[in-house]
Amino acid sequence: MTQHIDSVKTYAVIWISLLILTGVTTAVAFVDLGPFSVIVALSIAVVKMMLVALFFMHLRHSGKVTQLAMAATVLWLGIMVAFTFADVATRGWMGVPGR
Amino acid sequence: MWVFLITEVMFFGGMFLAYIVYRAAYPDIFALASSSLNVYIGAANTAVLLCSSFTMVLGVRAAQLGQKKALAINIVLTLLLGFVFLGVKAFEWREKFIEHHVPGPSFHFEGVAMQGPAQLFFSLYFAMTGLHALHMVIGAGIMTWLLINAIRGRYSADYMTPVDIGGLYWHFVDIIWIFLFPLFYLIDRHLK
Repeated sequence: MTQHIDSVKTYAVIWISLLILTGVTTAVAFVDLGPFSVIVALSIAVVKMMLVALFFMHLRHSGKVTQLAMAATVLWLGIMVAFTFADVATRGWMGVPGR
Repeated sequence: MWVFLITEVMFFGGMFLAYIVYRAAYPDIFALASSSLNVYIGAANTAVLLCSSFTMVLGVRAAQLGQKKALAINIVLTLLLGFVFLGVKAFEWREKFIEHHVPGPSFHFEGVAMQGPAQLFFSLYFAMTGLHALHMVIGAGIMTWLLINAIRGRYSADYMTPVDIGGLYWHFVDIIWIFLFPLFYLIDRHLK
């Protein structure tokens, strides 16, 4: 059990940052960045996730095992997406009879 | 609690994966369907949820310091903001029923020849936002329970683990929405 108490100011700064990021991501969505629209939107989402996890969920004060477990979760999720796409994206490459 | 959250990541992860695969398969129709959602309502609701995470973390802080009154007030605020979020979500779903954008026999999405993929988008929309809303309802139940115990004075600086864990859950549900919002409302907005 961590007993590291952050100041209200820290939380307020994180909260305001999250609201600003929400505004930014909404505004940027109307700008045509081509394929980068997805990248920008998801990058901002990842930053917001990190802010919530590290500060609001106190992950930066948590033990190493907890931090490792959460990092591993993101990694495994990435592996799941990557392998699924390795399948879905390449299915049509070889002319499989009957398909 | 962290282990439970890992299982939740995988639970939602499967649905995110389904969304990604079908969006890759039908990018144009998903873009049109996505643009029919009201981005301003979505952004406002995101802000509401972020505010509720802020009050939640202040509640946890109050519990750590043993400030019983501040804890109860912050839980009430979190609960209220959670209900505002759910109310707005219900309003958005109602709009979809009026527009015939709910998958089913009366589904009709204007301007696309293939209705199937459009239905798929809205199926995923309802499944994922619905599952998220269910988590919010459960979260509201947890908040109510925490509030009752907080008013009874059960939590102190020495014993506040339930508040801490309830907070972790609430923030996790917030994070899910942080990803749902850009995926459903934002990423194809510029194409319209």
